[in-house]
Amino acid sequence: MTAVVWQVAQIVLVAALAPLATGYVRFVKARLQGRRGAPPWQPYRDLLRLLKKEAIVAPTASWLFRAAPYVTFAAVWLAACVVPTFTTAIALAPAADLIALVALLGLARFWTALAGMDVGTAFGGLGSSREMLIASLAEPAMLMMTFSLSLVAGTTQPAQIAAFILGGNIGVEVSLGLALAALVMVAIAENGRIPIDNPATHLELTMVHEAMVLEYSGRHLAMMEAAAMLRLTLFMALISCLFFPFGMALPGAGAVAALVGLAAFLAKVAALGTALAVFETMIAKMRVFRYADFLGGALLLGLLATIFLYVSEAV
Amino acid sequence: MLIAAPLVALPALALFAVVARRAAWSHAIVYGGCFLAAVALLAGGLDQLGGAAPVGVTLPFGLPWLHAHFRVDNLSALFLVIVNIAAAAASAFAVGYGPHLPDQRRVTPFFPLFLFGMNAVLVADDAFMFLVSWEFMSLSSWLLVLSDHTRPENRKAGMVYLTMAVFGTFCLLPAFGLLAGPGGDFTFAAMRMKELAPASGFLVILLALLGAGSKAGLVPLHAWLPLAHPAAPSHVSALMSGVMTKVALYGLIRILFDLHGEVGWQWGAAMMVVGGVTAVMGVLYAVMQDDLKVLLAYSTVENIGVVVIGLGLAVAFKDNGQPALAALALVAGLYHALNHSVFKSLLFLGAGAVTSATGERALGALGGLLKRLPWTGAAFLVGAAAISALPPLNGFVSEWLILQSLFKGPTLPHWAMKFGVPVVGALLALAAALAAACFVRAYGIAFLGRPRTPAAAGAEEAAVTFGMRAAMVALAVLCVGLGAMPVTMTNALSAVVRPLTGIEVPVSADLGWPWLSPTGPSSGSYSGTILVAMGLLLCGLAVMLVHRLGTRALRVSPAWDCGHAEDIPQTQYTGHSFAQPMRRAFAATVFRARETVEMPEPGDDSPARHRVSMIDPVWDGLYRGLARLVDLLADQVNRMQFLTVRRYLLMMFATLVVWLLVVAVRQQL
Repeated sequence: MTAVVWQVAQIVLVAALAPLATGYVRFVKARLQGRRGAPPWQPYRDLLRLLKKEAIVAPTASWLFRAAPYVTFAAVWLAACVVPTFTTAIALAPAADLIALVALLGLARFWTALAGMDVGTAFGGLGSSREMLIASLAEPAMLMMTFSLSLVAGTTQPAQIAAFILGGNIGVEVSLGLALAALVMVAIAENGRIPIDNPATHLELTMVHEAMVLEYSGRHLAMMEAAAMLRLTLFMALISCLFFPFGMALPGAGAVAALVGLAAFLAKVAALGTALAVFETMIAKMRVFRYADFLGGALLLGLLATIFLYVSEAV
Repeated sequence: MLIAAPLVALPALALFAVVARRAAWSHAIVYGGCFLAAVALLAGGLDQLGGAAPVGVTLPFGLPWLHAHFRVDNLSALFLVIVNIAAAAASAFAVGYGPHLPDQRRVTPFFPLFLFGMNAVLVADDAFMFLVSWEFMSLSSWLLVLSDHTRPENRKAGMVYLTMAVFGTFCLLPAFGLLAGPGGDFTFAAMRMKELAPASGFLVILLALLGAGSKAGLVPLHAWLPLAHPAAPSHVSALMSGVMTKVALYGLIRILFDLHGEVGWQWGAAMMVVGGVTAVMGVLYAVMQDDLKVLLAYSTVENIGVVVIGLGLAVAFKDNGQPALAALALVAGLYHALNHSVFKSLLFLGAGAVTSATGERALGALGGLLKRLPWTGAAFLVGAAAISALPPLNGFVSEWLILQSLFKGPTLPHWAMKFGVPVVGALLALAAALAAACFVRAYGIAFLGRPRTPAAAGAEEAAVTFGMRAAMVALAVLCVGLGAMPVTMTNALSAVVRPLTGIEVPVSADLGWPWLSPTGPSSGSYSGTILVAMGLLLCGLAVMLVHRLGTRALRVSPAWDCGHAEDIPQTQYTGHSFAQPMRRAFAATVFRARETVEMPEPGDDSPARHRVSMIDPVWDGLYRGLARLVDLLADQVNRMQFLTVRRYLLMMFATLVVWLLVVAVRQQL
């Protein structure tokens, strides 16, 4: 029963926290670049403003264009529900493992990419095509990372992996480091951050995610933006759950432990957000056709993580 | 009874189609009859799958000393279900689709024969009946490929298909011969009892892989498939791609897991490598095609690769004494075979509906069809999402099962497997991700955006008749059902693999009905049912919140497109431009894709050109070489036609001497 309560809490938490996390990253980035920047809670205002504006739809668009924002948002939200944040005792944890998580994000991407092509404009197609190229390398990289984690922890379930690492069954391992590197690279690509994509770009030819949602406005755009924010929070939660689950409440722990877990989660999100802002400030965006090198690297890191496991076993 | 009666009825329908070929209504009778026969066979298969003991019958025809043996066990029953789901849908579709064909009298008589051939392979219980039915299936589908023989590319497809079909049987014939042994007892029951010498065992497996693999479309034996499958009318393509490849896999499973039984893990490793390469190559070809049906055919190659990865893994686990994992891998492979037959039939039928509404099948000539063909568009969308392995549809469940069993691959003791399994896993993941790209491209170009030609703009749902719509919608519903409620099917499948691996795998383990947790709840679980329920709940919640917090106002206004919006539909992304990043990233080495841009000088008003050149490594590397070799040998042999009588006599004498020497040497040994 408590699992259901924690689950509901998590569903609300991720949705409520996502704009703040994104706003925080923007805020830190602005400060690093010598600007004052909007306050971290600005995204809430933006979303609310978009919701209140009328939506504009091209006459060439079909029903898919209007359904896609909701499907995308729901798929990412669902994915964010199953990754433990403050406690591993959530009711939905067994419903989807890491493989299903990758696929749920794939579902969101499938709809967004289709929506990009629905109006029949050049930029939409451009964005969809590049997004699918990124995905075709990022998804295998993430599955390889899952593979090495499942070899270490004997499970593909994020909650179980967190519990395994919290149980102190494992020291610092080379392959865990490689898997973490792979996951971080995938996270950068999946969230359309620099150096793969620039979420703040205003130059259409460099867009990927923004190009796909170019035709959206009003509440539809709000849903697409909210889905992007939720995805960023999801990946932060995933990185902290799989590699830094410290402070997370385990099944059977009381409300105090959950509060400690919540505080730890917020601290982790802040730390990861700061790291992301620093990284993005330091690095320049790369050319489109270098993506394959970057993400191919992530795929190889994931593979190496598995191979290194055998090596460390054999030694 | 449910199986025997329709099997007799199908050839009768073919005869009827020939007799009544001039009557305008004959096709409706024939396809209607095929539909009923397929439904009866489906019911028979499901009934048998329910757990009844194998049923066998021996009939007094065929070879005089052998008779004809038929038997339906769980494996046959499963494949009867796989074949006849698609066959029923294709028949229902064809009732409305048949009159669209250029010359349907070349199709109706052979369609029932094709169904008969495929079903007869599944129930055959001796090598003779198996091979005769196999050839029946090959030749009737060959005739269907040639039904539109006025197009030269179809004639070429027919030629290549016939060659490869002959090659396949040429391999299977000695495989069964070796299985039967020198005694020549060709019943499957006798083959199961037999112990094979290592050398002949090796040959049997190799020949089975070559023979069944060429029919299923394993790289590099796939070359005929993307030529032949699209050449046939769409409802036949659906069966050839969705189902005939599965009959080939049935043959492979029957030999490797049932008749032979002792297959070394090295074969499993080889199958996994071939499967992985097939999956990636197939989808890479598919992502660059412009013809919708060719694209679907290449994607079949990919999916066969995925199934063969599962089968190879099962072989390796079985040989290593891990029957539970072998059963899991086999269940995963069989589930993917079932799923692929459902969504690939759906997609081919969708392509048929598109062709009958627009007369086009090139992506570059389509566009905006979702608004014009709402039923076809919605059904095709479900199929596209299912084949892209997206939850909560069926394609994802089988990929999930295959990945779960693959993740247990490192428990195998062999170092080659330990290192090979992650690589195959990476190939599988790459294939799945590229499949999503491939189908976003296919769907986005054909069904979304603005129509690129008047033909696409004038498409009307009226051309898609009720039967066609019903067939597509039924298959789409099945895609959702098999995905959202997989446990019912996995339990049936684990009963199928029990006799093959000696163990029943509790796929839903300890968690109960809606949960898949094949290796125990703590090591990975999935519940499509719960994800669907939660997804709908969250989606509804999002819609409600948005409409509560915001406005519902909506304005229809021209597209923004950064201010560049133009009315010309050619400004949209095309299939070629969509594939360009993939082509650059993946095809530059494998297919040696090269792009050249010709820009005219300023002032020169000739058009700018962008050319892409690509090679097909399999055709250029393997088949052209083989064809040259055959030509060369034929030229050499040709010389023998022009010898003098003296030389012919000399040759006969020399032959005699050589044979006598052979006999003498053999007696000495």
